[in-house]
Amino acid sequence: MALALLGKKIGMTRVYLDGGKSVPVTVLEIGPCVVTQVRTPDKDGYAAVQIAWGEMKARNSTIPQIGHDAKAGTTPKRHHREFRLDGKETAGFELGQVLTVKALEGQMFVDVIGTNKGKGFQGTMKRHHFKGLFASHGTERKHRSPGSIGSLCSNRGFGGGLAKGKKMSGHMGDVRVTSRSMDVVRIDEANNLLLVKGSVPGANQGTVLVRPSTRLYRSKAKRLAAGAK
Amino acid sequence: MAQSANSQQSILERLNAEVIKTDLPRLDVGDTINIHFRIVEGDKERLQVFQGVLISRSGRGINEMMVVRRVVDDVGVERIVPVNSPLVAKYEVVRKGDARRAKLYYLRDRRGKSQRLRDRRRGLKHLVAGERGVGEKAAPKA
Repeated sequence: MALALLGKKIGMTRVYLDGGKSVPVTVLEIGPCVVTQVRTPDKDGYAAVQIAWGEMKARNSTIPQIGHDAKAGTTPKRHHREFRLDGKETAGFELGQVLTVKALEGQMFVDVIGTNKGKGFQGTMKRHHFKGLFASHGTERKHRSPGSIGSLCSNRGFGGGLAKGKKMSGHMGDVRVTSRSMDVVRIDEANNLLLVKGSVPGANQGTVLVRPSTRLYRSKAKRLAAGAK
Repeated sequence: MAQSANSQQSILERLNAEVIKTDLPRLDVGDTINIHFRIVEGDKERLQVFQGVLISRSGRGINEMMVVRRVVDDVGVERIVPVNSPLVAKYEVVRKGDARRAKLYYLRDRRGKSQRLRDRRRGLKHLVAGERGVGEKAAPKA
């Protein structure tokens, strides 16, 4: 996995492009992130970079954690994330190095990873987009029920029970979600802001990870190619 | 990370403040207004004026929209305009109309003379003479 930057979602607004076109954007405050550890194959058996972000009061942190952050010459940080890289890539990083949105300069598309809003215990219609049962034709008190969930030998268990992963009611949301290939609308280095087109998983103030797009949708790949020319 | 909602608010407000127009004339529903659109043709830019009755304002801040209606050859034409769009160079109030409700959608059902609004005479004391529009020529302000 490539290196990603940490930040938080501020909220949504709209932005007018040069041609006057109105674009819905999500404002993200990204970084500055500090490199708190560089893992090398010699010492740790693998290559990775650990970055930290988010101010925190020292008294809310722990002594080992404060020491760890102090080694990188920085104040106590709330979030620490490690990213596996290959040996050559880690060479560019050193302890205490500060990464800002500037690292994303020139990127046309980014992936934004967040934790989406928790929806609590939800039925199959909302959770898995089941269609529910008939509204009438004699249906009673079962309009939103999932219907049959299997017969004696359906799910290849031959009576042994249901297939694992059968879609049913349950907890929905509050999971990690990746929003792929989002358009970068603007980068504001002075204020550590990144504006991406469209919505981003999670609530305002939620923590997000931003990385250069790893895999583009076909139409976006075309635009990237056209833009590079 | 327990930053107050205040800081979140101010970042968005700061971004929006760059776009929100502060030099607008007072535009009330019922007013007949001129909207000067910037039209870019090739590398040339010219202005196109759309005159009509403001029949609705909705949204607030950067999301505020206006609906302006005019009738051309007995065909109603409505344009929905983001108030803060950079494509609008200028707004002018031609005349103040007397509207008794916030949305004048009933004008869509009117034909002929009945779709006119009376000139507004009430509630204009706070406006300076140049902004009243009533009894004045539709001379565009500088």
